Formats: sequence, structure tokens, C-alpha cells
Amino acid sequence: MRYIFILIFSLFSPPVLGQGWEDQRLFSNGTSSQTLRILSNTDTRFFAPIIESFLATQPSLSIDYLVTGSADLYDIFRTSPAEFDVVISSAMDLQFKLANDGYALPLNDIVHPNWAQWRKSLFAFSTEPAAIVINRNAFKGILTPKSRQDLIEALRARPETFKDKIGTYDVRQSGLGYFFATQDARSSETYWRLTEVFGSLNARLYCCSGDMIDDLISGRIAVAYNVLGSYALGRTDAQSEIKVILPSNFPTTMMRSALVSRETRFPTAARAFIQHITDIQADGEKAAAFPLPPLDQTAKPLISLGPELMTYLDILKRRTFIQEWESAIIQ
Amino acid sequence: MIEVGQISGSLRKRLIITLIGGGAVLAVLIYLIVRTYATQIAQQGQDSILGASVTSILDAANLRKGDIEIDFPYASFSMLKTASDDRIFYAIYQDDKFLSGYERLAKMNPKTGTGSTFGNTIFKGANVRLASASRTLVGEGLRTELSITVAQTRDSLNGTLNRIGQNVALFGAGFFLLVIILAFWATSAAIAPLARLTSSITRRGPHDLSPVISPVPREMAPLVFSLNKLMGRLDQSLTRSEDFIAEAAHRVRTPLATVRSYAEAMLQRVEKEENRRAMRSMIRAVDESSRAAGQLLDHAMITFRVDNLDRRTVNLSELVTDLVIRLTPIAEMRDVQIKLEAGEAIQVSADVILIQNAIRNLIDNALKYAPQESVVDIVIVANPRPEISIKDEGTGFPNEEMHILANRFERGSNSESITGSGLGLTIAQDVAEAHGGRLSLSNQVKGGACVTFSF
Ligand SMILES: Nc1ncnc2c1ncn2[C@@H]1O[C@H](COP(=O)(O)OP(=O)(O)OP(=O)(O)O)[C@@H](O)[C@H]1O
Ligand SMILES: [Mg+2]
Repeated sequence: MRYIFILIFSLFSPPVLGQGWEDQRLFSNGTSSQTLRILSNTDTRFFAPIIESFLATQPSLSIDYLVTGSADLYDIFRTSPAEFDVVISSAMDLQFKLANDGYALPLNDIVHPNWAQWRKSLFAFSTEPAAIVINRNAFKGILTPKSRQDLIEALRARPETFKDKIGTYDVRQSGLGYFFATQDARSSETYWRLTEVFGSLNARLYCCSGDMIDDLISGRIAVAYNVLGSYALGRTDAQSEIKVILPSNFPTTMMRSALVSRETRFPTAARAFIQHITDIQADGEKAAAFPLPPLDQTAKPLISLGPELMTYLDILKRRTFIQEWESAIIQ
Repeated sequence: MIEVGQISGSLRKRLIITLIGGGAVLAVLIYLIVRTYATQIAQQGQDSILGASVTSILDAANLRKGDIEIDFPYASFSMLKTASDDRIFYAIYQDDKFLSGYERLAKMNPKTGTGSTFGNTIFKGANVRLASASRTLVGEGLRTELSITVAQTRDSLNGTLNRIGQNVALFGAGFFLLVIILAFWATSAAIAPLARLTSSITRRGPHDLSPVISPVPREMAPLVFSLNKLMGRLDQSLTRSEDFIAEAAHRVRTPLATVRSYAEAMLQRVEKEENRRAMRSMIRAVDESSRAAGQLLDHAMITFRVDNLDRRTVNLSELVTDLVIRLTPIAEMRDVQIKLEAGEAIQVSADVILIQNAIRNLIDNALKYAPQESVVDIVIVANPRPEISIKDEGTGFPNEEMHILANRFERGSNSESITGSGLGLTIAQDVAEAHGGRLSLSNQVKGGACVTFSF
């Protein structure tokens, strides 16, 4: 019997099984009959407490938590939507496109603020700004930059210090990096000047925020641009080495979002999971007990869930943007 | 019992049904027209936004070194945001080569330079509205056509349409309700003159055959005209028959008087008891006929007069005193004494001739049916209403016949040897009723009849 299951499983999901996950963890109490497969780009340590609190109320469930980068996540899910039950990502644009293209199951009875959901199928549950994170040592004796403008000036003033010491996303690889970059570019010309400065300083490009923060802590780089503040703050062990700065003029803020696959095998359990996350995250007090930043209910987000998120996903727009970005950063 | 005649349908019902039916048809028509119109407007709203989105993408296109570059603005898609979170799809084609967007999205055969074309289709399982437009780009030695299609689901539009539909339905229902109210109002307004005519005819006195003169709507004029003609003819024939009776009675009385005087003369000369008896019963028969003719004449006159009462202010005491004086010779012949009790002047508005006639008949009865050497009491009172009572000391009315004695030609069992026609009480009663009063018969406790003529 078991062999047949494995056989069927391997027949239907060779690409997924072949996937090298960034991280994979099975949350289970051993007696469970259903296993929810959650595809996420969020580090397991941010989600583990939420999943555990959820499983405490649902003893018959177990959860397979699979982590990969946001761009990969998008591709994997599109090729095999039946393999996953819940999709969580910080790349709002890609999540939006999944929902727009009909990959999400509408959940009509989820209670959630209107501005934080789209078509009852995509649910935003955290508000997280992109931050400039600096290595305290590298900025010793220099005024800490408060804005992008400050950063440009600080870098220009000491090119020899910051040469090869800047880190930012490789927007060609990282969905979230591309999202932050395009939103930055849309809001202000400063982005392009900053990128040119990065280029002139031979900035290092990262696929993922984890590596970037590691390098920052180790002192390999002095500045990490557009890293999620929550990720940097999550490294509690290294707070004496690094400092998180939210640019004062226009912080680019993203909302992490979740959707249930239209082809989920366990719609009820998946729905309950979404309700669980949104319940916690929309309530500041409850969310305080969990590592993820809550959904900011005080201010309407600058980047909302809407069709305009698809603008920069257009192949032609993307080509133009990447060209421009490459010519600025690779010099 | 009064025959109603056959009833077939009801004007009111027919009117109401026609009006309400018309209202219902109108309400549905209004609903359909407004809905269609609203749908068009709402659709135009969506179309214009889709068109604007397409145009903004087209406008951002340019040729760079033979390659198409379209750096379309954020607004191209953000303008498509709706309250219902509609999904959007788009496709960009160069000539017939797919460049970007959603590949299978149908292209609407756009014609260059003619603005956007619109249509409906199903894409990714959703009903979508789509707009397409194209533009020719000319670069160095290159001429290419770029066409854009933008599509949007119709959830928000349908939401709007449902809301509009509901409002219009509500409006239609309100309109219909108003029509119902108006229908009832209009119907009763239209029927009102008919009801007025009916009640004015019903309220008439039994002998009122005068034409209807109050104004009526044009549509009812022929009916009223016919009615008036009919009543005129009826009135005429009635008058004619009364005239005829009066004439006949008159013509009978004159020769009877002659016959009576010859019979009287003859009676003086006849000796034989047998013949005398025959003569006497002949004289009685003549008297009876003459009396009947006289009473008939009076009755006819009264019947005619009650329709057009000649009311004047009359002093009742004076009138009765006058009568008593005139009847005193007859009373004296029977040794009957008439006592009149009348207070101060009692004024009534009445037809003198009729009252005289009625009271004379009543006093006449009292004299006729009371024994010799008795007293007839006449009492006139003013309160609570003017009343004349005539009491005698005779046998009174036969009890079991009392209620029919006032009928025409009805005579009591106590009247066998007394000349009469049975019209006296009828005349008195008709006169009393014509004046809005009544005649009541009763017997006194001590014996003797009591007749009360009240106004
Ligand atoms: N005062 C009365 N006492 C007793 N009976 C009366 C009296 N007046 C009327 N009647 C009865 O009522 C009947 C009807 O009276 P009515 O006056 O109508 O007719 P009449 O006296 O018989 O005839 P006429 O028409 O000549 O008066 C009389 O026949 C008689 O029987
Ligand atoms: Mg009489």
C-alpha cells in the first residue's frame, strides 16, 4: 500500500521532489492524518510559532513547511498548483498575479479588513518596510544616514571605504528584490542615483536576504540596501553589529500575503490556517507574541493590493527595467 | 320588491382593471428601458476606462533600434482598480507576434486609427469585457503594427447593474403602487356623477316626476335626457288619468243629483209601503254613488296637489273654527254638539285646501259614527308638535280592522247602514303624510274613536 502511494506521489510530482528547498520542516504530532503543504518564502523561524499554535488547535493536522525564494516559489506553484495547499510570499506582485490568474481559492467567510485582501482570495497579514541595514563598525565616526539621500552622500564621500562593501538584491533573481526596486524607482528618481552609486562601488548582488545579512554581520559588507527590517531585527544575536534604518522620506513597505491553492486537497484546513494567521496578525496584541511584524492597521499601505502590481511583471517593462538596472549597477 | 334587472360586469371594476393593467405594463416597460439604459451607461463607463488603459499603453510604445519598447505607466493598470477587485488581463501583439501579457487573450481585429473596439469573451473561466486598439509605428526602414488588448472581469459592473436593477425595480413598484391609488381615485371620480344622479333620484318623493336639472357630465347627458323624457311621459299620463277621474266624478255627480231629486219627489207621491222602501233604497244608492264620486274627486285633487304643495302660513285654530261653523247645521240635525278646544293662535305652514279637506273628513266621520245627542271634542295643541285630535262618543273603530281602515275604499264593519265610500281616512292620511306628519287612529278608554292628525 505504502509503495503504491509513493509511486503515485513520485509519478505526479517529480519536479517538486527534485526541488532543493532552502528549508523544509514537517510539523507533526505523529497522529495526524492530513498534511497541509505550505509553500513559502518566509524563513521557518518566523513561521514556526504560528504553525505550532495553529496545530495546537488542530491535532489531526500536520504541516509541511517548504521554503524557497519568491521568484522560484512563483514558478514552482504555477507549474504544479495541486501540490501545495497554501502559498505565502512577501512578493506582493507575484502573489497578486497568482490570484489574478485564478490560482487562488476564494474564501468567502474570512474576516479581514477590506484593504488587506483581494477578491477574498489573497490575504495580506504583515506590514514590513524595506530597510537600509548598516554594519555599525563600518560607520564608526560617520553620521548614520537617515535617508537614501544621506546614504548617497555618505557613500560618495568615502568611495574607498565602501568599495565592494555594498550589498543589495540581484533583482534578476529575487522576486522581492525586484519588487522593492521597482517600487523604489516608481516613487523617486533617487533610486537610480543610488543604484549608480552602488554600481560605481561595485556592489555585491544577493539572491536572498539571509546571505546578505550574514555578510553584513561578518563585516564583509557595510551596507545592505532594501533588506527586510524584520529579518535584520530577527537576528537578535547580532544587534550589536548591525543597525536597521528605515529611510525617512519614503519607506517602501510590503505586505506579506497568503493564498489557498485552488487545487488544494484540504480546503477546510487551509481555510482555517488562513483564518488563524489573519486573526493573529491583524490584532496587534496577539501578534506581539509572534516574531512576524503585525498588519499595520493605522495607516493605509502606500502599495496596495491591486492590478497595478502587475505593471512591472510585464515582460517588456521588466526587460526595460532590468536593462536600465544592469547598466546602472554593473559598471 | 324592486327589480334590479340583469347585472353584467361592473364599470368600476372594468375601469380599475384597465388602469391597473395599463400601469403594470408601463411599470415593466419603465423597468426594462431604464435598466437597458443604465446597463449601457455602466458598460460605457467600463469601456472608457478600458479604452484609456489601452491608449496609455499604446502611447508608451516606441521603437528603439528596431525593437519595441513599451514603458507603460503604473496608471495603465491602477486605473482598472474596482470596488469588486476585478481581475485584469492584457495582451500585446506586434503585427501578429505575441509580445507580452496573456497569450491566449483574443484580439478584437483592431483597425488602425479608429480608436478602441470593445467586446465580451470568456477568459480563464471568467466573463470579461475587453478593449483593443492598435497603432502603426514607423522607424528606420521599419513599419510595424502594435496592438493591445486589455480585458477586465465584470464583477463590479454586475454589482452596479444589480444595484441599479434593484433601485429601478423599487421605482417601478412605487410607480405601480401610485397607479393603483390613482386608478381607484380616478374610477371613483368618474363614477361619482353616476352615484350622485342615482341618489338624487332615489331621494325623491314618491310623486316627484320633475326632470333632473342638476348638471351632469356630457357622457351622461343622453341618459339623463332619456330619463327626463320618460318621467315627463309618466307625469303626463298620471295627470291625465287624475284629470280623467275628476272629470268622470263630476259628470257622474250632476245626473245623480237630478235622479235623487226626482226620486225624493216620487217618494212623496208613492203610497204603497213596498214601493216606498224601494224608492228609499234607491235614494240611498244614489247618495252612496254621489258620495263616492265626491270623495273620488277630492282624492284625485289631493293626489295631484300633494306633488306641488301650496304651502302658506295657516292659523290652525281659525281654520278648524271655520270648519266647525260650516258643519254645525249637519251636527244639529243629529243633535250632536261640537266642542272646540283651541289655545292661542297655532301657526303652521301648510296647504289650506288640503288641510280643510282632511279635517272636514275627520269631523264628518265623528258626526257620522257617533250616536245622536252626543258630544264631539276637537282639541288643538301646539306642543310638542301641532296636533288636532277629534274624539267622539260612538262605538269607536272596530279593533281588528283599525290598521287597514285608512286604506283606499276600506270601510269598517260598523259602517253598514251609513253612507260612505271608504276614502275619508285615506284622504286625511295622504294629506298628513304630504305635510310630513301622520294620522293615527285609536279608541278612547271610555269608548269612542279618537283620530289624531299631527304635523
Ligand atoms: N269616528 C269613527 N267611529 C267609528 N268608526 C269610524 C269612525 N271613523 C271612521 N270609522 C270607520 O272607518 C271606516 C273608514 O272611514 P272612512 O272615512 O275612510 O270611510 P267612510 O266614512 O265609510 O266613507 P267616506 O269616504 O264617505 O268618509 C268607516 O267605514 C268606519 O267603519
Ligand atoms: Mg268618512
